[in-house]
Parts: sequence; structure tokens; C-alpha cells
Amino acid sequence: MNTYAIDLSLKPTTFDLWHVCLAGTVALLSLILIVLLLSVVISRIRCKKKSTIQQTAPTPEPVVKIVEKIVEVEKLVHAPAPEPVVLKEATPDAALQLLGLLQKEARFIDFIKEDIAAFSDADIGVAVRVVHEGCNKAINEHFTLAAVRNEQEGSKITLPQGFDAAAVRLTGNIVGAAPFTGTLVHKGWQVTGIRLPKLTAGHNAAIVAPAEVEL
Amino acid sequence: MSDLSDQIQPEKVTENAAVMEAENPTDQRITAEYPRNGTRFSVGIDLGTTHCVLSYADLDNIDDEAFSPQVMAIPQLTSPGSVEEKQQLPSFLYLAHEAELTEDSTSLPWAAKPDYLVGEIARNLGSKTPIRLVSSAKSWLCHAGVDCKAPILPAEAPDEVKRVSPFLATTAYLQHLRDAWQSLHPQAPLDQQDVVITVPASFDPAARELTVEAARAVGLGQAILLEEPQAALYSWIEKSHGDWRKHAEVGDIILVIDIGGGTTDLSLIAVTEKDGNLELTRVAVGDHILLGGDNMDLALAYTVKAKLENDGKRLEPWQIQALTHSCRDAKEKIFNNFEVDNIPLVVASRGSSLIAGTLRTELTREEVNRVLVEGFLPQVAVGDRPVSGPRTGLRTAGLPYAQDAAITRHLAAFLAKQQGATDELKDINLPEHASFLHPTAVLFNGGVLKAGVLAERLMDVLNSWLRAEQAPEARLLTGADLDLAVARGAAYYGYVRKGKGVRIKGGTAASYYVGIESAMPAVPGMTPEIQALCIAPFGMEEGTQQELPDDEFGLVIGEPVRFRFFASHTRREDKVGARLDYWTDEELDELDEIEITLSEEGRRPGEVVPVHLCAAVTEVGTLELQAVSQKDHGRWKIEFDVRAGN
Repeated sequence: MNTYAIDLSLKPTTFDLWHVCLAGTVALLSLILIVLLLSVVISRIRCKKKSTIQQTAPTPEPVVKIVEKIVEVEKLVHAPAPEPVVLKEATPDAALQLLGLLQKEARFIDFIKEDIAAFSDADIGVAVRVVHEGCNKAINEHFTLAAVRNEQEGSKITLPQGFDAAAVRLTGNIVGAAPFTGTLVHKGWQVTGIRLPKLTAGHNAAIVAPAEVEL
Repeated sequence: MSDLSDQIQPEKVTENAAVMEAENPTDQRITAEYPRNGTRFSVGIDLGTTHCVLSYADLDNIDDEAFSPQVMAIPQLTSPGSVEEKQQLPSFLYLAHEAELTEDSTSLPWAAKPDYLVGEIARNLGSKTPIRLVSSAKSWLCHAGVDCKAPILPAEAPDEVKRVSPFLATTAYLQHLRDAWQSLHPQAPLDQQDVVITVPASFDPAARELTVEAARAVGLGQAILLEEPQAALYSWIEKSHGDWRKHAEVGDIILVIDIGGGTTDLSLIAVTEKDGNLELTRVAVGDHILLGGDNMDLALAYTVKAKLENDGKRLEPWQIQALTHSCRDAKEKIFNNFEVDNIPLVVASRGSSLIAGTLRTELTREEVNRVLVEGFLPQVAVGDRPVSGPRTGLRTAGLPYAQDAAITRHLAAFLAKQQGATDELKDINLPEHASFLHPTAVLFNGGVLKAGVLAERLMDVLNSWLRAEQAPEARLLTGADLDLAVARGAAYYGYVRKGKGVRIKGGTAASYYVGIESAMPAVPGMTPEIQALCIAPFGMEEGTQQELPDDEFGLVIGEPVRFRFFASHTRREDKVGARLDYWTDEELDELDEIEITLSEEGRRPGEVVPVHLCAAVTEVGTLELQAVSQKDHGRWKIEFDVRAGN
């Protein structure tokens, strides 16, 4: 039977293949261990002080990013509402449509585009009847308008706490706290109903009044 | 409550359904998929001369007091490329030139490219291009001597324009209404609803037939007809929410005056009593008078034009058109605002310069009173009659517009002509000395009478006639919406037909006759005398028929035979088979000829078949004439619309 004796003073004189493999494995494992430990430490430090790491590793790209972000912030300051994107889609058509309606019923563009300096007040007055009557018709037909406040203009009204500041604007000596009491200067207008014509796919709203050719 | 529902026998209602299904074979198929009682709405269509209105009411959950018809907002093109919803669909059709409109500018919610432009857009485009505008198609339908299925409109169009027939125009309006309904109520196809279409009371049998045919052409084979003045009264009854019995009493004669955009229609409805219940009977209808609000606007425009020309200003046609529009608005302002005595009228130039070239004038209260009140509603005596000079020129080229614009004279003539209308009703007693029928109540309809001044004048004139004969003054029945009442009333009628509420008894508005040559020896140089043979009596009710077995005609197979055809609005006593040897022009109106062609099916051409005539009033409300063979009881339909080639 083979017995293995341990003799610590014995030094190997030759390295066989097994020993080389053993040594290689040990070196590899210890390398992996070092890398793992290092990565844990680095990530910890990053979490705690991001900026410090960024400063410690200053690459040119992040600097550019920061500049971009600042520009964006400046834009937002100029137009704070998130709506503009939506409005950009919808506004031109509806606005053009309204112009078209006012031109059709009231010759609105014709009137505004005309140089009225050359005409007498009487002549302008005649034209204004066309415009006024037509605008009245167009607006009444497509919008329902109501006063914001139904009280008599010039009368005293009291605004309770939490009144709608968009619907009622305070002016003058604004001090103290609600309820506010003041004089109704303008009763305000609000649109309570819109009935705009629907447009067909091929309709070019930019043509607010087509040129007319009589044959 | 003591309503009159017992008047309508249940058998009759079931009969209606049976008739409707039998008439429209496709109904059978529909019935298989959706039960017939799936009908949910009662739809009333006012097919007006200038506007169409559609009103509807839910039939599922209603009781007498809560019936409230709604008026449908009709999507329509208002100008190229824009679609708007409006309560009224102008009855105009525009035949656009192919280069006139861009590809996608005429699409509607339900059609990318509709066959015809109808509604607001037609009226707008047509105001600048009248040669392509079809208007007043309805008036053409009852214009004697015109083939309504021939392409004749617009009458002034150059040859290049592909004209349409009055029938096709009517079909186009109905189709638009049907499509609009379908797009708004996809769950409830219109051909499965109870549809009532209104026609003027003065429509002749041929015009009624054409209206029904137009409805059938758009798949509304189940639609039935109702006279407009009756619809107006139904609307008043519906609006009173059962209160009408307090405002009407036994012995009342209600005069319905309907002055619309293009026509004036008169009807008399008597209130009688039966078994303790009030009963309404339509006893008389007036002639078809082509006179209405449009004539008034035009009259004002020409007054203003004359004024301008006195000042040395020449007006172009488009300026007169614009003037007519502003006169309409100005007239309404003067009528509605008593403080205003003159309204400035402005006709803007057509170019882009608004201030230069704008024409200014004004319309005064005095002018409005002179032209409209005195011109259209003069204070006349009840003995006055409309003036009618001899017609000159080609009558078939245009519509036979009323020559006398005085509506009061037409009214006087109507009331005098109908003096005997209530002779057979025991509840109504006219004084011995009466020279005209005394109405006791008046119901107005039509946009024109919204003007208080005109309505008052009409009442004044009528009451002055009544006072002259010591009769009590007529009272005005108020509460109806003058623009929308007909459509609302029509929707209510659909509900009445379900056996609820009171039903106006009507029947045919005239008695009908065919002209036959009397058996007398021929006299050279003399046309043989004509006798009028009564084939349908006055007030013949829907769903009944009358035969004339004793009057036999020999008809030749395969050869069309024409009869002269007459109607009388006054001869109530004539029974079927009565022969008139003599009549006055006032008594009998000659309508278009009617035609029978015996088909050759199973018979030898040239064979002479003895037939007798049979008249029936369908549930739909049209008159149907048939020739019945004496031998084998074969039946042939007699056609009304044989106006072509007269």
C-alpha cells in the first residue's frame, strides 16, 4: 500500500505539468478576485459622489452635453407651456378658417388691407356696416359667446377666496387677502360653444378668399 | 285621459303594416334580419320648396305628454371644402362644371364624391352662376304639362349643361337626408324607421305619386305622405302637450295659412264631436299658389333698385342679387324692431376694394309697408278675387307663378269657394247670409308669418270680413314654430299612427273624374261633348277603394288609351259613377291626362277587352287607378305621369 509522507523541508527540483497548471490557476483566480473587488469599490464611489468621479475622469463629451442641456432650459424659459407642439399642429387651420369665414361674411381682409386714410368717415362708415353685419353673423353662427360676469358693469362685486384668476383679472390696488371687493370694469367674454365647419381632405385653408373670374 | 285613440281601430294599424310589407318585397328580407318592430324612430321629412327639414322622435319610450321631436342638424357642404351642420337643407341642386371645383373639395362625411351638390353650397354657388342652379324642383312636380322625369332643369341652362329632371332633384334631396341620417344614426337605418314625408295639400295625384316614387328610389319604400297644413296642426297639438282641447271647441273651423318661401297653401280643418270626443276633419284645401317669401324679397329689391336708378345709378344683375339678400335681412329687422324706421342697405363692390365702389341706400318702414303689407296683404273686400290677365308667352318654359301677388285676395277666393265645405258636418252651422266660410280659428305656418306685422295684417283682414257678416272674430292659435313645425308635425304623425293622440281625418282633398265622350250623334265641325265621370269621391279615406262596374270601356290590347282627367275641390256630393254633363271652370280643374296600356301578356294584340275603372287610395296616401277586366278580373295600373309628349 502506498503511503504519503509529508516532508516540509523537501524542495522540488523539477516542475511537472501538474504543478505548472496549478500555479496558473492560482494566478488567474487571484486576478479575478482583484478585478471584482476593484469594480465593487469603484461603483460604490460613483454612487456616492457622481460628480467627483466625473471630475476625476474628465472626458470632453460630457462637457458638450451639459452645454446642450443649458440651451434647452433657456428655451423652456421663453415658452413655459407644454402645449406649443400641439398648438402648432392645430392653430393654422383653425385660424385660417376663421379668417376665411370673416372674409366671406364680412369682407374682413378686404377692409383691413384697404388704406382707409384716403376716404372720408362717411365712406368708411358705409363699409363698416358691411364688416360689422358680416362679422356679427359669422361670430354668432360659429361661436356661442357669454359674459364671464353677469353683473352690471360699474357695480361692486366681491370675489371669494379661490376665484378663477384666469377668468377674472384683478387690477389697481391689489393688496390684502381674498375676498376682494371691487368695481366690475368689463364683464368679460367667454366662448361657450364652437361650431366651426369641418374641412375636407383636399381643402387648402390658406386660400381665405379665392380669386374670382367671371366668364 | 280622454284621448281619441279609440278612433283608430287596431285592425287598421295591422293592415298598415301588412300593406307596407306587401308593397316593398325587400322588406321581407329585412324583416328576417331585424324584426319589424325594431322600428325605433318616427321620422318626419319636410320636403320644402326652398328648404328641407328632418325631425325625429324616439318611439320606444314615450307617452303622450312627453313627446318631443328633435330636429336633425344636417351636415352639408356650405362652400367648397367645408362641411357644416344646419337644421335646414336648402332645396337647391348645383350642376358644377368639371373645372370648377378641386378634386377633394366636395366630400361629405359619407361620400368622397357625392353625385350632386345639394344644400347650402348649391345655393351659394348658384347665386353667382344661376345657369347651373336647380331650384323650386318641387313646384315643377305639380306643374301641369311637364314631364317630371325629363331633364328640363335648370330651365335657362345652355345646351352644354347636363340637365336633370325635377324628379331626380327631389330624389337627390331625399338621398342627402337619408345619407345624413345614416351617418348620424348608423344603428338605425332610415329604411327601417317610420318615415312621413310632407307634401302640399294642393299636390295633385301625379305629384304625390312622384314624391313616393322618389322616396322609393332612395330605399324609403315605407314612407307615407302627409299634407303640410295637417302637419302644422299636428305640431301645434303636440306642442300644446294635451292642452289643445282647451283651445279648440266643437264647431270650430281652423284655417291653416302656410306661407313658405315659394308657395302659399291653405287648408280648412273642422272640429266636430263624436261619442263625446273631439274629432278633426280636414274639409278643404286650396289651390297651389306659387307665391311666397321669395317674391317678397324680390319685390323689395326691385323697389330699391328703382329708387337707385332714379338717382342715376345702374345696377348689374349681381348687385340686384346682393340687394335681395340685404333686403331680406333689413325687412326682418324692420319687422322685429319697432323703433327703427329705416335700415341702411349696402351693396359692397365685388373687387377687393371694399370702400370704393360700395353702393349705399336705405330701406324705410314706409317702403316695407307699402310693398309687403299693402302689396301682398292688401285690405280687400271678401268679394274681391285674384286678378288674372291672359297668359302670354310660353307657359311651359317657366313655372306658372301666381299673377296676383295679393295673398288676401287668394284667401277671399278660397273661403268663398269653400263655403259649402262643412255642409255635411252637423256640428258646424254657417249663418244663412254668409257669403264665405267663416273660420273661427287661424293657425299660421311658414317663415313669412314670423313677421308680426304681416301676421297681424292677415288677421285684421280676415276679421274685417267676419265682422261685416256679424260673425265672431277668429282667434289665432299660437305656440307653433313656424319654420320647423311641418317636420315636427310629421314626426308626431308617425306617433299618432301608432294609435296615440288625435288623428286628423282627411282622405282625398278632391273628387276625381275622367272625361268620356257622351253618346250623341256626331255633328260635323263640333268636337263631341265630354262628360265627367266621377271615379273617386271627395274625402275618400286611405286604404279604401271604389269600383265602377257599370261603366264599361272597351280597350284595345297593346294600344295606349288616354283619358282626360279632372279634379274638383268643391263638389263633395258626387258619388262614384256620377256623370256630369255640365260644369263651370271653377268647379273642375283639368289635370294632366292619364293613360292605360293593356299589356299583351297572354292576350292577342288587337283584342278588345271590356274593362271598368277602380280607384283606390293607398295607405301611403296616393291615388291609384286601375282598369279591371270584366272577363277575367285582370288588373292594369293607370299611369298619371304621362306628361311627356303632350
